[in-house]
Amino acid sequence: MGTRTTTPTTSIIKPKGKSLWIEGYHRLLKNKASVVSMVFIVLVCLMAIFAEELSPYPFDEPHVDDALVPPNSTYWLGTDSLGRDMLSRIIYGAKMSMSVAIYTSIISLLIGGIYGAVSGYVGGKLDSIMMRFVDILYAIPTLVLLILVKVFFDAVEIFDDPELKALVGILAALSVVGWVMLARVVRGQVLQVKQMAYVEASHALGARGIWIVVKHIFPNILGPIVVLLSYQIPSNILFESFLSFIGLGLQPPYSSWGVLASDGWRSLRSFPHLILYPSLILFLVILAFNLFGDGLRDAFDPKMRGKQ
Amino acid sequence: MGGLALGLFIFSVLLSFLGYELPTALIWADVIVVLGFFGYYTYSQKIGAYVTKRLLEAGVTLFVIATLTFGLLRVIPGGPFDEEKALPPEVKASIEAKYNLDKPIYVQYGKYLLGLAQGDLGESYKYLGRPVSVMIAETLPPTFQLGIFSLIICYLIGIPAGLIAAARHNSWVDSTAMVGAISGVALPSFVVAAVLILLFSFEWSLLPAALWDGPTYYILPVIALGTRPAAVIARLTRASVLEVIHSDYIRTAKAKGLGYWTILFKHVLKNSLIPTLTFSGPLISGLLTGSFIIEFMFAIPGMGKHLIQSVTNRDYPLILGMTLLYSAILVLANLIVDLLYSYFDPRIKLDK
Repeated sequence: MGTRTTTPTTSIIKPKGKSLWIEGYHRLLKNKASVVSMVFIVLVCLMAIFAEELSPYPFDEPHVDDALVPPNSTYWLGTDSLGRDMLSRIIYGAKMSMSVAIYTSIISLLIGGIYGAVSGYVGGKLDSIMMRFVDILYAIPTLVLLILVKVFFDAVEIFDDPELKALVGILAALSVVGWVMLARVVRGQVLQVKQMAYVEASHALGARGIWIVVKHIFPNILGPIVVLLSYQIPSNILFESFLSFIGLGLQPPYSSWGVLASDGWRSLRSFPHLILYPSLILFLVILAFNLFGDGLRDAFDPKMRGKQ
Repeated sequence: MGGLALGLFIFSVLLSFLGYELPTALIWADVIVVLGFFGYYTYSQKIGAYVTKRLLEAGVTLFVIATLTFGLLRVIPGGPFDEEKALPPEVKASIEAKYNLDKPIYVQYGKYLLGLAQGDLGESYKYLGRPVSVMIAETLPPTFQLGIFSLIICYLIGIPAGLIAAARHNSWVDSTAMVGAISGVALPSFVVAAVLILLFSFEWSLLPAALWDGPTYYILPVIALGTRPAAVIARLTRASVLEVIHSDYIRTAKAKGLGYWTILFKHVLKNSLIPTLTFSGPLISGLLTGSFIIEFMFAIPGMGKHLIQSVTNRDYPLILGMTLLYSAILVLANLIVDLLYSYFDPRIKLDK
């Protein structure tokens, strides 16, 4: 007795084959629509990042003599009622619309993810209380909630800069709406993974809560969450444009695609090009995100594997 | 019983779609038949306890929403009677006394809840002396019609499109339908509305671009509101039909020698409607949101205009009333959807 070591005599066999992520990545690359969408999204993001360098004119520079001109060689997409260059405004709009959508998705993912993970992992009484609160928020129609939060942030005097104020209001409103659904999904996923044998095994080996969450649960729910996120971004782009369209979002001279569409709507009859281009870019970006999301889902969501 | 309820309901929707003002008797008959159906269903399935529990939960939810909204509105700086044109202090004081605004918040809250329990939503602050319930009741019909028509159109287009796409899987029909559907999902309703108005009203002068005065006025707003959800439903239906088509009992049905269409309609469609039904909750929420913008664009005299005006006017009772009404519609719709699950799929047990 006593000389036997606990280490196994054979070395640990490393399974041959690709990791789930690499496998998924290859599946994603095979999906042509997804790849094209991905390239398009990257281009739009680059356009947003380098808005200053790319746009031919400053976005709020009026050219009064050239107001409301249709697309021509000087102003590729025409000008608005104050003679501001449409192309420049759309490029700047990309900056605003995309950053609002991406930031809110990240904020709601952080809040919803932590909330859902705690609720699902701890379980019991805490879970039912936390989920009841989520259910109540879920029962308020999205737009009503959006408007209430937006108006609250408009009224509270925190920032002097009107653009910053409007921006923070939109971010808050969209995040309040967005985290609820993410919390539900994350909780559901955590509940599912929590019952898995490998989590139980880790428990039996003496692993503690935080370790299990970080090491086992998180990597296993990442796939569905990434997929959800890719659908969350276009829906936030849409909500931002909704809010701006009804005049509760950003206001001119600042520019987002919703602001531009709203501007164009007022002169729909005489100058349809004003609403046409912002609408077109909105449509294309949302379409690209949805196609990319479909590709991601097919590639990374294990439940969908093997199906068309 | 279910058929009668459905029949009467469809009949009245059709009548109102054709522009007829529905007689009050018919509306009440609708309400009674629908309630009667759900009452009978509850009784026959012995799910009375479940339904009661859900109704109580709905009450609690609405109570919490009322409290949250009430709190939020009182935290916002600036009152309803702070205007650019300042009122004389005495006038302002007497107005505030009339609406109990001079009392501590808990007294205001208590009085509001007391009124709410008696079905009294209070009076508008902005349109002096106008009860909120009357203001809502006046603007409810166009919003309700717009919502119901769009809902019906969504299902009438979405489900067959999804079914046909799945039945002709990987054919040109499938690809066309799905390209259409994914484009529809990416189209904001205001874009659809703008394009429709531009083409049908301005370019071809076929249909009116605004107001809500009869069937021709309904077409454009309903299409604009229904396009996106119809596309979502088509995608859902296709996915779930594809799943069902590959299941064992369909193979059995094929092996038995049943006809193609019998299998498709009797077995596949019926079993693949549940995910579509699941989407009804979010769908109704989405229609409520969407109808707001569509009402704004088509100048439809519905509830939407109150929502934004009430918020900018700080018209507390109106905001609270609108929030509660929208939430109540959503909560009740979700309950009905849950009941319908077990009606369509008896395997789903409602008592938990």
